[in-house]
Amino acid sequence: MALTNDIVKQKLTEKFGEQVTNFIEPYGLLTFEAPKELNLKVLNFLYDDEELKFRFLTDLCAVHYPDQKGRELAVVYHLHNMQDNIRVRFKVVTDINQPDVYTATGLFSSANWMERETYDFFGVNFIGHPNLKRILNVDEMEYFPLRKEYPLEDQVRIDKDDEMFGRG
Amino acid sequence: MSRPVSYNVKVKPLESDISMAEMPEGHQGEGFFATSFDKVIGLARKNSIWPLPFATSCCGIEFMATMGSHYDLGRFGAERVGFSPRQCDLLMVMGTIAKKMGPVVKQVYLQMAEPRWVIAVGACASSGGIFDTYSVLQGIDQIVPVDVYVPGCPPRPEAILDGFMRIQDLVGKESLRRRNSEKYKELLESYGIQ
Repeated sequence: MALTNDIVKQKLTEKFGEQVTNFIEPYGLLTFEAPKELNLKVLNFLYDDEELKFRFLTDLCAVHYPDQKGRELAVVYHLHNMQDNIRVRFKVVTDINQPDVYTATGLFSSANWMERETYDFFGVNFIGHPNLKRILNVDEMEYFPLRKEYPLEDQVRIDKDDEMFGRG
Repeated sequence: MSRPVSYNVKVKPLESDISMAEMPEGHQGEGFFATSFDKVIGLARKNSIWPLPFATSCCGIEFMATMGSHYDLGRFGAERVGFSPRQCDLLMVMGTIAKKMGPVVKQVYLQMAEPRWVIAVGACASSGGIFDTYSVLQGIDQIVPVDVYVPGCPPRPEAILDGFMRIQDLVGKESLRRRNSEKYKELLESYGIQ
């Protein structure tokens, strides 16, 4: 029997009960959320289960929601089951003041690069990552540029036309 | 219907001979010509500039057109584009320089021998251009001194040629002692060089 979103959802609920929440299916892509302490357990379960076999990490990134107090940063895993060609999106959220999330490098080697990138741009501290330092930006950078805390442009510049840069 | 083809058969006479450099001011008589050392060296330098293209984006494409037969930078004595900074006189920075590439530009500049000139071609090299953002250097004059800025996004080959001719003016008129002056040393000092 082919794997469907319903089966994935049912299996996750059987295993983790109420802890896996917020099931939605935008454009047919099953999306769910779990507490950040459980991220490795969920990923391992999705990987090891003989039926689920989500063994390819397509993408790992973060989103900043400045309005959601205590849930500012979401780390998003995109997983792919290559045999049944089914994808899921798995989110964990964390407080921006303590953005600690367990690293997935033990499970997926590809997470190494992507977690470094996520750290670089959002400042998510992946606990246990073997080499968590900046990868794309200059080493001297003192902030995390994709967090929505900073104005996009340098506000003190006067040599550029303000109107053209949306600060007129 | 095909477009009628018209060939340009009109011969346009040259307004001036661009292959001849103008004679500097001086005294001449039968069998001699006397002028100052500055002017002779300036004349030689300005008509044999070796450019080092540092092309990172669309301005680099315009530079390729500038080097091509239609615009032909070679007419200005800059036929020989060097790809080694140690041999070149003019660093032509064309295109967006990301902050991470800043140290590379600076190192290339440091590897060039004095006297050296820098031209920033296009909005990005001059001021960061439209990229008013965390990752882009807001003008290469933050890391190396720039002699001529060429505006445009990207500038047309004519504009690059104009910028190049302004560099030629600077080169031709530069005093031989300028690079030893206190002011020049201060300038380099302000960029943390030497």
